[in-house]
Amino acid sequence: MQAPTKPGRYDIRGLAEPDAEAPRTAVISGTTAQLDAAELSTRKINLELRRLLHEEGVTDITLHNPKARHSIAVGLLLRCRITIEGSLGYFGCGLADGAEIHVKGRVGWSVAENMMSGVVVIDKNAGSLTGAALRGGDLVVRGHAGARTGIDQKGGTIIVGGNAGSMTGFMMQRGRQIICGDAGPGLGDSMYDGVLYVAGKVASLGVDCVEEEMTDADNELIDRKFGIYRLDRPDTFRKFVCGKQLYNYDTLEPSERKLVL
Amino acid sequence: MCGIAGIIYTSGRGDVGRDMTNMLQAMKHRGPDSTGFALYGEPDDLLVMRFKLADPNDGNDFGYEERLNRSRREVESRLAKIGADIDRVEGESDYAYRATFRYEGELKPLADYVEDVPGAEVLSLGHSLEIIKDLGDAETVAEQYRLNDFTGTHAIGHVRMATESDVDIAGAHPYWAYPFSDVAVVHNGQLTNYHQWRRRLERTGHRFQSECDSEIIAVYLAQSMADGLPLETAMKQSLEDLDGVFTYLVVTQDQLGMAKDEMAAKPLVLHEGDGVVVLASEEGAIREVLQQEIDSYDPYEGEVMVWSR
Repeated sequence: MQAPTKPGRYDIRGLAEPDAEAPRTAVISGTTAQLDAAELSTRKINLELRRLLHEEGVTDITLHNPKARHSIAVGLLLRCRITIEGSLGYFGCGLADGAEIHVKGRVGWSVAENMMSGVVVIDKNAGSLTGAALRGGDLVVRGHAGARTGIDQKGGTIIVGGNAGSMTGFMMQRGRQIICGDAGPGLGDSMYDGVLYVAGKVASLGVDCVEEEMTDADNELIDRKFGIYRLDRPDTFRKFVCGKQLYNYDTLEPSERKLVL
Repeated sequence: MCGIAGIIYTSGRGDVGRDMTNMLQAMKHRGPDSTGFALYGEPDDLLVMRFKLADPNDGNDFGYEERLNRSRREVESRLAKIGADIDRVEGESDYAYRATFRYEGELKPLADYVEDVPGAEVLSLGHSLEIIKDLGDAETVAEQYRLNDFTGTHAIGHVRMATESDVDIAGAHPYWAYPFSDVAVVHNGQLTNYHQWRRRLERTGHRFQSECDSEIIAVYLAQSMADGLPLETAMKQSLEDLDGVFTYLVVTQDQLGMAKDEMAAKPLVLHEGDGVVVLASEEGAIREVLQQEIDSYDPYEGEVMVWSR
């Protein structure tokens, strides 16, 4: 079978459309713009968003018909407000720094991965790896989130209105997660630091994750965050942190340890 | 990586051929090597057998056509000899065929007898299941096998990025649960205790036509059901028995099920609507069938779900 021939030049970065240009189809009025993405490719949508923000001075964009495509609204490195009227596929709103993004649908895997600052609010459910390697800002999922929420989180706040899947907070290093529903097995597995608040049931704790008393400061933080996003606050939050037993490498084999003791 | 998709019309029938083609084409980037469909039409007294007599990779050498013709005549004569009353045998391409016949006996002797013909492989056998798989993307395969007018009740499909075995029809999904009628599986992931299970099932008399780990899931589930377990129980047990990372879909004559491993390592998005349930590795594929805004979610780790039509 013959491979399909691609028009255009070969691109060393592997871009499917190396020569794409912004389509200039958005309707601009003042500092706001409406962009219909129905007929645009992913790359053209992102080029158009960049053109509006950097060249046209637009600060408030509404994106229509995203049709659950991957990698929409990534790498927005300035203060702006984006409203997405629909659902996104994988890697939506990644690498953001300063953008305020409101997704009115659902998102797939790895939403807002590596966000530096800003706000991403998702009205429906999120897939796995929500907020992977998040470094700052607030990520709010009003529905449920999938497995490994906030894996490798290095800062910022993740709020989940529903349940979160297995290995939530896996290897997290800083920041906090506030989960209003239940958490799956392996909560906070191998976490280094940071805080996990869970209001519902915890299926099981991961390696070196321990429960700690809630303090007034914890409650105030949750109250303030929930006030900002107008969420109902459950009263049953429990706090989970790193047990710090894995900080120092223990070179003894279990059998040797028995001998020493 | 691989992409899987499934659709079941819980009330009535739909254009499963066209819907599945659109869904799989939307996931072409997940697996451009080969595409496969397991479609369920209207159940009939007649058995439907999809089989192939050569592989698209085989050289089209001198005597190729004559060899295929000879094999095809041999299959027909063997079907007649074992007691099948042949309705018709149609060539879907120069190497893949669809036969319908009336047959009351055990399926295993029949399938074994047909597969004994050089180059022959039974892709599916059942009263409504038809498995179509070939190299290329979904539109290429759908056009080659004229799937656009296929109406039916439910279907699963697969786009394959080969990791464990060759790029050929034998390595393509879906897998029929040889020799159990009307059971098929598609799978995204890797099974790490594949060889153990393959040996275990081979000792009980099963044959495997590929080196692909996914094939054992189909046979494992069908064997459990033949032993009397309901599909859902068999699937729950499979989460204990199978190691590795996997999300798989299984179809029987009137059910469609999904199972996800305990680490939820492979994606699946699920939408349960009025009269239709659609599942796919990516939501973009579901949007090919349902354009409007929908509510969808990812099933969690260790979840098993079954829908009936």
